[in-house]
Amino acid sequence: MLKGFGAKLKALFGMNTFDEGYFENLEDFLIEGDLGAKLATQISDEVRKLAKSEKPKTQKDLQILVKRLLSDKIRIFDPGLEEGSLTVYLILGVNGVGKTTSIAKLAQYYKNQGKQVLLAAADTFRAAAIDQLEVHAQRLGCRIVKQKSGSDPGSVVFDAITSAQARGEDLILVDTAGRMHNKENLLRELSKIDKIVKGRGIEDVHYKKFLVIDSTTGQNGISQAELFNQAVKLDALILTKYDSLAKGGALVQIGEKQNIPIAFVGTGETYKDIHPFDKDEFLDTLVGLTD
Amino acid sequence: MFDSISDKFSGIMRTFAGKSKITEKNIQDAVEEIKVALLDADVNLRVVRRFINGTMEEALGEKVLKAVDPGQQFVKIVYDRMVALLGDEENQKLLLKGPDTTTVILMMGLQGSGKTTTSAKLAARLKREGRRPLLVAADLVRPAAILQLQVLGESVGVPVFTLEGEKDPSKVAKAALSQARKDQRDILIVDTSGRMHLDQTLMDEIQKVRDAIKPDETLFVADSMTGQNAVAIAQEFEQKVGISGVILSKFDSDTRGGAALSLRSVVGKPIKFIGVGEKMDDIEPFYPERIASRILGMGDIVSLVEKA
Ligand SMILES: Nc1nc2c(ncn2[C@@H]2O[C@H](COP(=O)(O)OP(=O)(O)OP(=O)(O)O)[C@@H](O)[C@H]2O)c(=O)[nH]1
Ligand SMILES: Nc1nc2c(ncn2[C@@H]2O[C@H](COP(=O)(O)OP(=O)(O)OP(=O)(O)O)[C@@H](O)[C@H]2O)c(=O)[nH]1
Ligand SMILES: [Mg+2]
Ligand SMILES: [Mg+2]
Repeated sequence: MLKGFGAKLKALFGMNTFDEGYFENLEDFLIEGDLGAKLATQISDEVRKLAKSEKPKTQKDLQILVKRLLSDKIRIFDPGLEEGSLTVYLILGVNGVGKTTSIAKLAQYYKNQGKQVLLAAADTFRAAAIDQLEVHAQRLGCRIVKQKSGSDPGSVVFDAITSAQARGEDLILVDTAGRMHNKENLLRELSKIDKIVKGRGIEDVHYKKFLVIDSTTGQNGISQAELFNQAVKLDALILTKYDSLAKGGALVQIGEKQNIPIAFVGTGETYKDIHPFDKDEFLDTLVGLTD
Repeated sequence: MFDSISDKFSGIMRTFAGKSKITEKNIQDAVEEIKVALLDADVNLRVVRRFINGTMEEALGEKVLKAVDPGQQFVKIVYDRMVALLGDEENQKLLLKGPDTTTVILMMGLQGSGKTTTSAKLAARLKREGRRPLLVAADLVRPAAILQLQVLGESVGVPVFTLEGEKDPSKVAKAALSQARKDQRDILIVDTSGRMHLDQTLMDEIQKVRDAIKPDETLFVADSMTGQNAVAIAQEFEQKVGISGVILSKFDSDTRGGAALSLRSVVGKPIKFIGVGEKMDDIEPFYPERIASRILGMGDIVSLVEKA
């Protein structure tokens, strides 16, 4: 296991100065958090400069300084639902990141707020994907709209919206098939779904597209965000598998480059394991203020 | 994504080109570029360090300094070292026993890494080679996991063993092994649930599965897009369960796949296959040369270097 940054710092701080070794260590720590070589170097250079003028006294001061520098690069998505009309959440991502499970968790989350949630099984491609969502629907006591395996996902979405509008439900969570961001035909399919949602009169304020990112993913997460964002403009990110202890540093780079805010963090496999993104906590962990 | 790395290497070659003398400084700059390239490819930082140190030593030797084209020679050293590190093809075959006994293959890995899909792909492949595999649905946790394997098994014409109502995966695996022996199935492929390397309960559970069936191959299925954590994750699986080989899934993404180098250097076990898509024949043997070029992002430079 990686030794915590705090522990590393303590060893260094014994010297009472922040010397070159300290800044190299900082850079390493950030790289190991998947922040990327370039950003890690940039941050440690900035800290090195700032340390001269701001004269931090303790290791904690310095960590707070790092946190401040990273803080600008990250935005929070407010997960509150706009009242008064049907909202559609489209959940997207590459294969196996945790889309379907996140949907189940979100269903629970919004049900707890008294919302009527409908699940739309628009992953008609992967083996038993519909059944997986259906098991969740049963356990959660949620309505689900589905068609048979292999049918057109756009048509599932169309059905879901039509029936939710008729029943006055609050939120549709649309499960989509995992797809690689570098496969154009799969991204085109998303644009089709996008058109159908808009065609049903769902306005932008009530229509949000989430990209799910696995926290163990490294630099490829940036490419994922870029290409999905190009195909359908993304509204927010969901970070999953944060219980892996991977720090999810790719999100900082995504934030810097694409400015996409973060909505939720998944921390396990049960329904309660989802939390609105807590920027402070995320950054504290990223810079080692928590160990 | 790939371009910038190729640019880096072209840059390195240019740095060296036309220099009457290669200095240590030149090489240090080049090494720094390579370090960044490897980190961008998600090679683990510690692995990068080790790799760089070794490369430096060799690059500072006579061979580069006296080469007609030192730039190319340098890149060739980097490439050759990486290929060597990634493994030899001999090692990569599955350890299969003769058809008169049952070879046991245990699949394991983090959640969503591709175990179930890869299990079915392997079964299809082995069936094509004339074997008689049996798939085992020992993921009793994920909703519809059993059905997922059944659908895939059916699509490749390989039976799937299930044990209705059983909660203990080691019991399912054990019963499957008896069944396989009775039916003269020569390969057993056991799909298990995804688990976090730090989850003590689940790691204990897979140990129990292992002890119940004594696998000939314990394959760690990892997502090729994994970042810096790949090493810590694999180390836990290696220590707690033991890995005999690695399969890297989702290589059809645009990942540069540095995790391959990290896993290979740290766990020291062969990478046996890569997954390149969702279809049942989207599995390929692992070719170190191809992956090395990909990690270095220098497909076109390889041919250039070969002439050097
Ligand atoms: N530990 C942990 N596991 C998670 C988390 N989120 C999802 N998982 C697990 O990851 C695996 C994949 O999750 P899915 O929800 O099926 O992923 P998906 O993105 O829908 O996958 P595809 O539809 O096949 O692309 C499952 O075993 C989930 O239980 C999380 O936050 N923590
Ligand atoms: N593009 C691509 N997708 C893959 C590959 N291998 C698996 N997948 C997809 O990745 C997702 C997860 O695969 P699974 O086989 O369900 O993964 P798993 O490890 O069994 O997941 P859990 O049982 O939930 O831990 C599915 O959507 C698969 O179709 C691959 O090589 N390329
Ligand atoms: Mg899914
Ligand atoms: Mg599975």
